[in-house]
Amino acid sequence: MRKVVTFIEMIFLFLLQTTLFPKIPFLSVVPNLLLILTVANGFVNGKKSGLFTGFFCGLLIDIFYGNLFGFYALVYMYIGYVNGLLYNIYYDDDVKVPMVLVAISDLIYGCLIYGTQFLLRGRIAFFYYLKHIIIPEVVLTTLMTLLLYRIFYALNQRVSDSREGEKDLPWLGK
Amino acid sequence: MKRKKKRTSFKSKNILIIMTILCVGMIVYGLSAYARLEGLHSAAGYLVTPFQKGMSTVGKILKGTTLSFADVGKLQDENKELKKKVSDLTEQNNLLLQDQDKLERLEQLFALDAEYSEYDKVAASVISKDPGNWYNTFTIDRGTEDGIAVDMNVIADGGLVGIVTETGAHWATVRSIIDDSSNVSAMASSTLDTCLVTGDLTLMEEGKLQFIQLYDKEDVVSIGDKIITSNISDKFLRGILIGYISDISTDANNLTKSGYLVPVVDFAHLQEVLVIKKLKQTGKNSVSSASESGKES
Repeated sequence: MRKVVTFIEMIFLFLLQTTLFPKIPFLSVVPNLLLILTVANGFVNGKKSGLFTGFFCGLLIDIFYGNLFGFYALVYMYIGYVNGLLYNIYYDDDVKVPMVLVAISDLIYGCLIYGTQFLLRGRIAFFYYLKHIIIPEVVLTTLMTLLLYRIFYALNQRVSDSREGEKDLPWLGK
Repeated sequence: MKRKKKRTSFKSKNILIIMTILCVGMIVYGLSAYARLEGLHSAAGYLVTPFQKGMSTVGKILKGTTLSFADVGKLQDENKELKKKVSDLTEQNNLLLQDQDKLERLEQLFALDAEYSEYDKVAASVISKDPGNWYNTFTIDRGTEDGIAVDMNVIADGGLVGIVTETGAHWATVRSIIDDSSNVSAMASSTLDTCLVTGDLTLMEEGKLQFIQLYDKEDVVSIGDKIITSNISDKFLRGILIGYISDISTDANNLTKSGYLVPVVDFAHLQEVLVIKKLKQTGKNSVSSASESGKES
């Protein structure tokens, strides 16, 4: 059930990111909504979930817009996995931690794209790209997290509560 | 607070390794054979494209409602018609202006006879943009079933927009010429000297393109000159207008020139494009004729 919901969320966010957001005239960059989903899934549901969500999000981008098939899948997968490492450490009902995680992830993601696809082609003006692409994207994506994380979290609780709650009870009893 | 069990840590590490190998495998496979996973592409296309169409229609409708409510549909139809007319006329005007140049150097421009307005074209709407901020590619709502194939040229407003890089049954991805990884072989229409028009992300905000390696021996190419696609390009049909030179300077080597040009296409508000259903012939014949005309100029 949770997989189905994640899948629908993924398609929906991909559509938002590619059709509606580029049409908003006062935004010079598009927030990376799929990254939010990947980070949130890793953080809330664990490594495995983050890994697979990241993989399929990246695959979706690869299919339509990737120039190197499998590259985005790899990058998103690792982002999901690394965020999954924090699965047991923080409470996941607070929006501040995921916001910080999204910001850091997006910053790393931006630098990675720059390093692998721009620097290697001789575009050396890193600070231009940092100022005009990476930082605006990080800010916007972090702000979008504030909005989307609660919705994601509520949905996630609804679809996974019934089963995991039952599992947890006997364990807590001991 | 709900607690979670830690029982998947060992397994997920293994999965990560397997998936990493899978991804790297896909990258290597894609690099080595330029093979595409055809089934995956078409399946994803069927899944996503209808929604993209719907969403962009919603976006268009939202934009439309900001107009006055009276006769919106009529106005839009009229607008569409007029826009088409304008782009047709711009195209024709460009052709006529080119014809004038042609008079001056009939022999060299003889090859320009097959103009792009004569080619069979398909109209398509832009339905979505790439999800990142690094590239400038977009998806259109026409695909192989409408006769679109990879490497077909895309135009709008009488100027070059880009090239088709990927196709599905009912969608195609277009890389625009302002994309950072785009390189177009071009020439100045006044002298037919070739140059290379390259997209650059740092120039995208200014709406400019860069051209390099313009070999202008007689020093006649100047600001305002037209840059058109060259006859020696192996993907772009010759004679399509790209833009006008806005800035030109001599390189440090004193042999070539470089500078900036303003494209004729408004990339920020691109909605309707035309795909030319003719691929550039790159057989031996065209190569030899291209090199000949190159020599003449």
